[in-house]
Amino acid sequence: MHSTTLILLMGFMSIAAFYLGRSRSLAVVGGPGRGKGLHSLPGYHGYFVSIWCVLPPLALLSGWMLVEPGIITAMVVKSLPASQQELPAGELNLLINNIRNLATGDVVSAAINADFQRAADLYNEYNATSRRLLSVLVLGLAALGGALAWRRIHPDLRARNKVETVIRWALIVASSIAVFTTIGIVLSVLFEAIVFFQKVPVSEFLFGTTWSPQTAIRADQVGSSGSFGAVPLFAGTMLITAIAMIVAVPVGLMTAIFLAEYSSARVRGIAKPLLEILAGIPTVVYGFFAALTVAPWVRRVGESAGFEVASESALAAGLVMGIMIIPLVSSLTDDAINAVPSAMRDGALGLGSTRSETMTKVILPAALPGIVGGILLAVSRAIGETMIVVMAAGLAANLTANPFSAVTTVTVQIVTLLVGDQEFDSAKTLAAFALGLMLFIVTLILNIIGLYTVRKYREQYE
Amino acid sequence: MVVASRKAAYHHKDGEMTETLVKKNMSASRTSAVPNYRGQQVELGRETVGNVRCANPFMVAENVNVFYGDNHAIKDVTLEIGKKEVIALIGPSGCGKSTFLRCLNRMNDSIESARVTGNISLDGGDIYDKTLDPVVLRARVGMVFQKPNPFPKSIYDNVAYGPRIHGLAGDRAELDDIVHRSLERAGLLKEVKDRLDDPGTSLSGGQQQRLCIARTIAVNPEVILMDEPCSALDPIATARIEDLMDELCEDYAIVIVTHSMQQAARVSRRVAYFHLGYLVEVDDTDKVFTNPHHKLTEDYITGRIG
Repeated sequence: MHSTTLILLMGFMSIAAFYLGRSRSLAVVGGPGRGKGLHSLPGYHGYFVSIWCVLPPLALLSGWMLVEPGIITAMVVKSLPASQQELPAGELNLLINNIRNLATGDVVSAAINADFQRAADLYNEYNATSRRLLSVLVLGLAALGGALAWRRIHPDLRARNKVETVIRWALIVASSIAVFTTIGIVLSVLFEAIVFFQKVPVSEFLFGTTWSPQTAIRADQVGSSGSFGAVPLFAGTMLITAIAMIVAVPVGLMTAIFLAEYSSARVRGIAKPLLEILAGIPTVVYGFFAALTVAPWVRRVGESAGFEVASESALAAGLVMGIMIIPLVSSLTDDAINAVPSAMRDGALGLGSTRSETMTKVILPAALPGIVGGILLAVSRAIGETMIVVMAAGLAANLTANPFSAVTTVTVQIVTLLVGDQEFDSAKTLAAFALGLMLFIVTLILNIIGLYTVRKYREQYE
Repeated sequence: MVVASRKAAYHHKDGEMTETLVKKNMSASRTSAVPNYRGQQVELGRETVGNVRCANPFMVAENVNVFYGDNHAIKDVTLEIGKKEVIALIGPSGCGKSTFLRCLNRMNDSIESARVTGNISLDGGDIYDKTLDPVVLRARVGMVFQKPNPFPKSIYDNVAYGPRIHGLAGDRAELDDIVHRSLERAGLLKEVKDRLDDPGTSLSGGQQQRLCIARTIAVNPEVILMDEPCSALDPIATARIEDLMDELCEDYAIVIVTHSMQQAARVSRRVAYFHLGYLVEVDDTDKVFTNPHHKLTEDYITGRIG
């Protein structure tokens, strides 16, 4: 039986188990009107039986799936002639792959002889047996678990507590997935970065001012020694982020203040969804808006004012990125402002404050932690943004503070490092992980600073 | 005054007494029937019983109507509030007493659907005059709210907030003086004088409410509106606030909304009873509590006390 069918069957069994458990719980106290005699509600007895019907076979199923391929392969290898069993690991792997391909009817990269065919047939046979055995065991275990749980139903059975324990563990497992994924990402980046730092000294990476990650593919290649100074990249990131925040923070704040305190319900009803549409535009669309519309405009305006402007400028990318971030800042600020109790507003108005005094002296200070949190999120977003910068700011790693020149950012370089056809253990590819690690550390520090500031200056109103 | 009302309360516990009063009032002529708070039909006319006028009027509301959209929340209310008098607005929930209170310093302005008609004047000047800035009005008519709502600032800054925005203090020393005097008047100075820089929210509920009163009187208003100022406080904190009201009425007119009949009896000189947006009865406190003339007033008072 296919495992999907098996899982489907178990689903039906669990539903049946639920109803059986529920009706038995009512039966043991003597009918639906007597539910008060039970420690737990009848539904909990149903869930209790259902859980016992599903969890043990599910555990068996996943365990089986994990070990099955290894065992079958080992058994097939054992049936091979001794000469083939003693092949080196690499060739043996190739052979096993071929057997598997032959068994499933895929393309085989070797001549098919009798031994070979027999091994493939054996593989198929083992597989089929394993499946049959699994189906019987899983369904049997489901029936057994359900029946045992069903027999345990008793007025004093603490079914609710047991079900809630299972739910609690399910929630713990769900929440730890995010945590472990984060840890996994950090570790994988960290190990690759360590390999990189064995090839390129940390000091060169952190303080070098030249970024030119071309390494030689062949020994006799010309002019590709590679130099991995990350300073220009971080400078470029900072420059573009700063420009973006200069645009997004004031505009976003003022938008939020207008929407939360000054606008009529009608204006708010129109403007808020529009802002949310702005937030929903894919960044790649912003990217060509930046590259095709804003960058030429910046160049024209800059040159008419007598500046020398590159056709791909930090200013163009930063401006568009700022516009992209406005909805983020404004909606988070709006939430923070709306979270301030209206008693504060009434109190300030009742003392004769004007609207703007109420806003600047009472509501904004009270909403400050939320606003700072929102701005920090926006900064992280700006630092991590890639598409707009790829399209509008260019790839030239210039170390400059001039917004009219082309710069590049950490994220853009990560992209370009990984889309090439370098081998995976070259310094060029590994540099991407080192950059990723640095980026991670920088945003982490930003968040810590932000949290500290918020905690220190927050005006608590509860 | 207090003694008289307590006596009334005890009298009304006696069922027989209530019965006779009810019968006496049944004979009076009324124009329409409304349900009382128990759902019984009671006659209610548009004329307010008792005396809406007072000897020394300071705030005068004439034929005030308030609408929230289509909801007619206040119906043709006329009431005078005297200089340096404490007047209590009582009535069941939803009867419009808080709405009326909020009309007196135009706090209803911030509610989009609210519409106020009629005429309210403060010391002879129309407060709904188009040229009048509600900001100026609210500095003259201060407000204390149901839940203590100190700003998330230090105790000092809470009290200094009003004087600062209205530019009442020329320099720091003057501001210090205003803050100290206001805290002193609100009976809070002794408790907080060593920790003026602590956040206002670190105080207890009763202290917070006195801080809010200090904050209000720091602006030196002429009228103080109090919207159930003690409903979130324990009896001891309530007693302190009531004592404070007794002292404050030497300088300010106080309009207090309350659900506590005892509180109305203790602190007010006059009582106004609201029902379903109508102002049913206004009179001196002891008269209302000992001898209410309207059936609804009596039902409410006896029901609550007895």
